[in-house]
Amino acid sequence: MNKKLIFGIARSMMMARLGQTLVAAIGVAFSIAMFVTLLSFMNGLNDMLDGLILNRTPHVRLYNEIKPSANQPINASSEFKDSYNFISSVKSGITRQEIYNSGPIMQAVKSDPRVLGAGPKLTAQVFFNEGTIDITGVINGVDVEEEMRLFKFRDYVTSGSAIDAKNVANSIILGKGLAEILAADIGDVVQVTTVQGERFPLKVVGYFQSGIQEIDKVQSYASIVTTQKLLGKPSNYITDIQIKLHDLNMAPAVAREYHQKFDIDAEDIQTANSQFETGSNVRSIISYAVGITLLVVAGFGIFNILNMMIYEKMDSIAILKATGFSGNDVNMIFLVIALSIGFFGGMVGLIFGFIFSLIIDNIPFNTAALPTIKTYPVNYSPAFYFIGGFFSLITTYFAGFFPARKASKVDPVEIIRGK
Amino acid sequence: MQEIILEARHINKEFHDPVTVQVLTDITFSVNKGEFVSVIGKSGCGKSTLLYILSTMDTDYTGELLIDKELMTGRNGTELARIRNEKIGFVFQFHYLLNEFSVLQNVMLPGLKLNKYSRQEVEHRALERLKMLGIEHLATKEAYRISGGEKQRVAIARALINDPHIIMGDEPTGNLDTRNSEHVFEVFKELAEVHDQTLLIVTHDQSFAERSGRIIEMADGKIIRH
Repeated sequence: MNKKLIFGIARSMMMARLGQTLVAAIGVAFSIAMFVTLLSFMNGLNDMLDGLILNRTPHVRLYNEIKPSANQPINASSEFKDSYNFISSVKSGITRQEIYNSGPIMQAVKSDPRVLGAGPKLTAQVFFNEGTIDITGVINGVDVEEEMRLFKFRDYVTSGSAIDAKNVANSIILGKGLAEILAADIGDVVQVTTVQGERFPLKVVGYFQSGIQEIDKVQSYASIVTTQKLLGKPSNYITDIQIKLHDLNMAPAVAREYHQKFDIDAEDIQTANSQFETGSNVRSIISYAVGITLLVVAGFGIFNILNMMIYEKMDSIAILKATGFSGNDVNMIFLVIALSIGFFGGMVGLIFGFIFSLIIDNIPFNTAALPTIKTYPVNYSPAFYFIGGFFSLITTYFAGFFPARKASKVDPVEIIRGK
Repeated sequence: MQEIILEARHINKEFHDPVTVQVLTDITFSVNKGEFVSVIGKSGCGKSTLLYILSTMDTDYTGELLIDKELMTGRNGTELARIRNEKIGFVFQFHYLLNEFSVLQNVMLPGLKLNKYSRQEVEHRALERLKMLGIEHLATKEAYRISGGEKQRVAIARALINDPHIIMGDEPTGNLDTRNSEHVFEVFKELAEVHDQTLLIVTHDQSFAERSGRIIEMADGKIIRH
């Protein structure tokens, strides 16, 4: 088939009705631009909201849960092996929160190729003493450098410096809400009482703001050494190992594996935060639905314009057929017209989608709950541009399909005789 | 023995809508190479219908049609389109140029479709034919900016681009004034006599028919004189 000729004819037909063609292309461009902008913005928001929790949540958490032993002594007795044993009022035994063998486990985990990094964590329940009032709180002892690397700790320390928690002895980073309750400025010393009753002065080196107020009112961070000192524990005492993987979706499998390998409780992020994924999915579906609706509407616009074009071009179609163009050629010509509208409209749409995204990205958006966010979040994933471009071609193809088929079936005799 | 270009054997056609009417009855004739044939007859006698069957555009008939000794009956649309492109040139009453294109492009289109010569050659051939018809000065004009007589000559140039076996015309002078009709007739005459071009022209211009080489007269769907 003579492709150049088909393209040439399609081009001339479009140029002859430039206005109409432009209207159709603008329709496509507009819907693609909206589609891309909407998805970018929606996903930016999704990422931000998910990030609130997910940034700060390990993909796999290793810990010892305090719970009754699944293997009660009676089950081990050979005498009652074949009987069904009822035990009432089962209590948790003397389980330690400490992770046994934490050193080797850390090493094994860190050398796993699937693991991006792992950080130890030690949680201590304390009272903050404000005059005569005691305020309950939690001190998370962390490896500050690993915490900064894996969990974006620095982003959440809004004033002061995160690394000071490591560099200044006996220091603490207070949750913003907690600091307000304690009326503690940076540089002040707060008094802390441990559950064991020991009193301990800690110097405030920064504020921490997660964006979730409930957390900021109770949580605070200190280096793991400070926390161990606070609790009077040796330097290998940790209660959690927080693991970040290269691929978040591997988390359940890795958690199961570690649970068996290290005989330890392992929780994956999907189990811990399933509600966030659900929320993101629903938001994505809504934005895709709106985007595709826009495209379908644009598709009907193209359908109408092509149909009109075919009625106007009846004579031309008849003459093309009379001079030796087959139905297939005519079909191709109109499909090329439709796809060109889709292609060029789509391209312009993608560019405008990007521009709109940039504009949204520069609109200021300040909220006390989100310390790291200064403007509206936008996700510039190329995937949206691919989907947008792909759909612009698909929709225009279908919009052109029926008019083109109709054009290919035009009977030249009827047109020529009808005059 | 002269070479037969077009042959119709026992062609019958009926219109079914709204009632069945026999339009053509047992049409049998042949056209030799280089003949200038006029088909005349009163309005409604079926001469245009016959022309569209002979041109392969209308396939709804019984009987057999041979062009260049090849059977056309029963072939599919794509094949017939190719044959129309290569072997038949058309001139219609209402010139039917494509308004989206220039005069030269209009003439070139069937040539480009045939894809036998390069674009440059097709352009050269198109200019040759325009020159032959004395309208090469119109080549770059838009098709809708030229006069009716000029359009008809452009249409003839287009019909000639692929050196067709036969040129068919459906009242090519029907819409033109005397001077332009005369000019078109002269062109046809020259094509037949100088270039040995076969022509089959439907007309109801009596003087036009009488000056052509051969007259086929039709009445009520039958050939009464040929």
